[in-house]
Amino acid sequence: MPESQSLAGGPDNAPFVSIRSLEKFYGNFKALGDINLDVARGEFVSFLGPSGCGKTTLLRAIAGLDRQSSGSISIGGRDVSQAPPSERDFGIVFQSYALFPNLTIADNIGYGLVNRGRPKAEIAGRVAELLAMVGLPGQTGKFPAQLSGGQQQRVALARALATSPGLLLLDEPLSALDAQVRIRLREEIRDVQKRLGVTTFMVTHDQEEALSMADRIVVMNHGVIEQIGTPEEIYRSPRTPFVADFIGRINLLPGTLRENGRVEFADRAFSCPPGSGLAPGAKVEVGIRPEAIRVRGVSGGEGNAVRVRIHDLEFLGAFCRALLEIEARPELHLVADFSANLMQDLALREGMVIPVELPAEALRLFPARTAA
Amino acid sequence: MSGGVARPLIRETAVANALVGALIVALVLMIGWPLWALLSKSLENGSGTFVGLANFRTYFTTPSMVSALLNSLWVAGLTTVIVVPLAFVYAYALTRSRMPGKGLFTALALLPIFAPSLLSAISLIYLFGNQGFLKGLLFGQSIYGPIGIVFAESCYCFPHAVMIIATGLRLADGRLYEVAEALGTRPSRVFFTITLPGVRYAAISAAFVVFTLVITDFGIPKVIGGQFSVLATDAYKQIVGQQNFEMGAVVGLVLLVPAILAFFVDRHIQKRQVALLSARAVPYEPKPAPGRDLALILFCLAIAAILVAMLGMAVWASFIRYWPYNLALTLANYQFENFEPGAWGPYVTSLKMAGLVAALGTALIFTGAYLVEKTKVAAPLRGIAHFLAMLPMAVPGLVLGLGYVFFINAKDSPFGALYGTLAVLVINTVAHFYTVGHITATTALKQIDPEFEAVSASLKVPFWVTFRRVTVPISMPAILDIAVYMFVNAMTTISAVIFLYGPATKLASISVIHMDESGATAPAAAMATCIVLTAIAAKLLHITLDKLVFERLQAWRKR
Repeated sequence: MPESQSLAGGPDNAPFVSIRSLEKFYGNFKALGDINLDVARGEFVSFLGPSGCGKTTLLRAIAGLDRQSSGSISIGGRDVSQAPPSERDFGIVFQSYALFPNLTIADNIGYGLVNRGRPKAEIAGRVAELLAMVGLPGQTGKFPAQLSGGQQQRVALARALATSPGLLLLDEPLSALDAQVRIRLREEIRDVQKRLGVTTFMVTHDQEEALSMADRIVVMNHGVIEQIGTPEEIYRSPRTPFVADFIGRINLLPGTLRENGRVEFADRAFSCPPGSGLAPGAKVEVGIRPEAIRVRGVSGGEGNAVRVRIHDLEFLGAFCRALLEIEARPELHLVADFSANLMQDLALREGMVIPVELPAEALRLFPARTAA
Repeated sequence: MSGGVARPLIRETAVANALVGALIVALVLMIGWPLWALLSKSLENGSGTFVGLANFRTYFTTPSMVSALLNSLWVAGLTTVIVVPLAFVYAYALTRSRMPGKGLFTALALLPIFAPSLLSAISLIYLFGNQGFLKGLLFGQSIYGPIGIVFAESCYCFPHAVMIIATGLRLADGRLYEVAEALGTRPSRVFFTITLPGVRYAAISAAFVVFTLVITDFGIPKVIGGQFSVLATDAYKQIVGQQNFEMGAVVGLVLLVPAILAFFVDRHIQKRQVALLSARAVPYEPKPAPGRDLALILFCLAIAAILVAMLGMAVWASFIRYWPYNLALTLANYQFENFEPGAWGPYVTSLKMAGLVAALGTALIFTGAYLVEKTKVAAPLRGIAHFLAMLPMAVPGLVLGLGYVFFINAKDSPFGALYGTLAVLVINTVAHFYTVGHITATTALKQIDPEFEAVSASLKVPFWVTFRRVTVPISMPAILDIAVYMFVNAMTTISAVIFLYGPATKLASISVIHMDESGATAPAAAMATCIVLTAIAAKLLHITLDKLVFERLQAWRKR
């Protein structure tokens, strides 16, 4: 297994990729601001954010395709901040596949090998091995246009891995594909990555893709990192309202933090988890995810229960998305997800007033954004 | 396999920068410097002393000069007024009707492109000249003069106007017409509120192009102008006849004015045109309308007949023994040794020149466009190279030729030895037609995935390997387009090379002028026929190559 070399060298604690104070300006526009990131060898890291958040700019800076304005990047312990792409050690896969249309699949995959003066037989062997790895054995003689989108992207992946790079960069690799192909390829890429242990960065705007594939997610917005963490951390403990709202959905209500683990919103106090790091009296935004709002077994008036009017029900197949008005403060709305089961059992209808619970452990407190 | 990264001896960016630097030096020598020579010459007197605008003062106070200027202006204006509406209707028929034979009509409209401009003038002389059998139709007017010039120029400019306007008409969004129909709009109102505004910019652009082509054309007024002097023939007279280089330079700069104006109007228009057609637009499908189609077909037949006649008359005449008294067919006029000191030499020289222009010019243009478009060269270098590549578009051939004369003939010019050589003809012709090739190459390159170079860099393959293995093979159709364009234009061009050829490098097109001058009109027509047939053969070869060879060699294009 020639690819095992990327794991060779034994366990070391130094990060494989280290980015320090990286900034990128286009004229006066700050595309990246103060990016700091350490990534261990073999990790799969996803850059996630809305379009224009700087995630692709960051990837291209790591590749050396668009040089940063300031800051440093080191790969494998070597400072490559000023090195051109050809002197960095990476393979790259683009959304457009970027396969050379006039070359066969074998020539595409062997493109980087030929240039290293390897003997023909060795290249052919390596190409066959890579094609088998991406699940396209024996397709050597075809041209890219004769393959489907998903197959082309597999070839692009094989080409990027052919030279056994220390780093794999994926720029929205699945965005051009159909939903079903996307899900299958998601698993395959992750599988290959784990087997080879190649350190990987993937840019995506699809939160589901990031959650399902990455060891760690870097959530970006307006050129800065909002949060770095495992998919679960990001989902369960979003650090900012932006992260909370971008990964999954969340209801945000204005409130004020009180003493003894209480938070006041919608004209009354609720229990909330401790340790938000905010002082009592602070203005906060109280977040709760739609699926965390409980309906079953809630009796009105006690604990974190609140009476709401079902303003609107949107049928979405397996569940209903409900728009709820807090009865005491009808201008405050909550979105909740009700399973089909629940809808049937409780015979929920628009206009009904029901008690729901906002469980204390599901409440997230964020400092109120000033004049946003 | 080693994961280590060796530092290459030469960095790719350094190579790219050096190559673009070399390209810029070449373009400055080919285009920038000659223009500068022309400009500075116009501000000097005969002994090379700076005299400011004195030459311009002399020019505008010499009645014969001013009258040539005015002649040029009204002849060009009149031609524009005639050609643009006719070209509009023709282009409308090609794009907005269901008439049959559109491919044939397109080919016929493009016919004049394959001939030197003066071919239609020669045909006119046969038809309406002193011995012409249609002379009576002129009611005593002479074809030698403005009538002949305007008629011949109209034929010569027609394909350019049709192509520009047809492109504008093709950009129509079919939905606009569907909406108009759904709202019950009268056809005439649809035409004036949707069709005309949509094609407005193309029509303006075509008008400028025609005006510039006419005002800078040399061949037609030379052959059929008679005593009627225009700017282009004036420049020739000043330089070749009277050796008055300063005045020639002034005429050259005056010629530059409409061309530069046209260039900027066109650039402005193209910016506006882009917004017209969004990615979501639906192509327009003409509805059946037999009456409209019949009218358009009759119109196109009439125009195409004139274009064919203007070409065919000269071709036919070249095979006639003694026009109009002995119409027996003969090949005598093709025995050029009887009429032209160089015999078939000029034709061979033309072939050589056109071949070299096609080969070297295409290589330079495409490589240059690739470096500018695809490599990571410093932005200022890229900008300078692009500007220089676009410059020839605004410079008529006659002006560029004059610039070369001054550039090469300057007292201490290091390029004096080039005068009259094949090399200078090739360089000048490449420079003359550089822009269209550059635009074609750039357009083709822009359609190629911009990430190819990034992928190559990640695989540590230098850009020149990817250029050879991927970019050139993919771009082969565009490269052939450029080569054929360069070849055809090199075969037919007159205006720039007329100042630059030497005794050993006379071209076929110049030989046509000389034989015509000495009264050997039939052999002149014969030589022109050779040019036309060669140009058309090159185009047909191109089409065949495109169809047969590429379908086999470029299997990867098929799904």
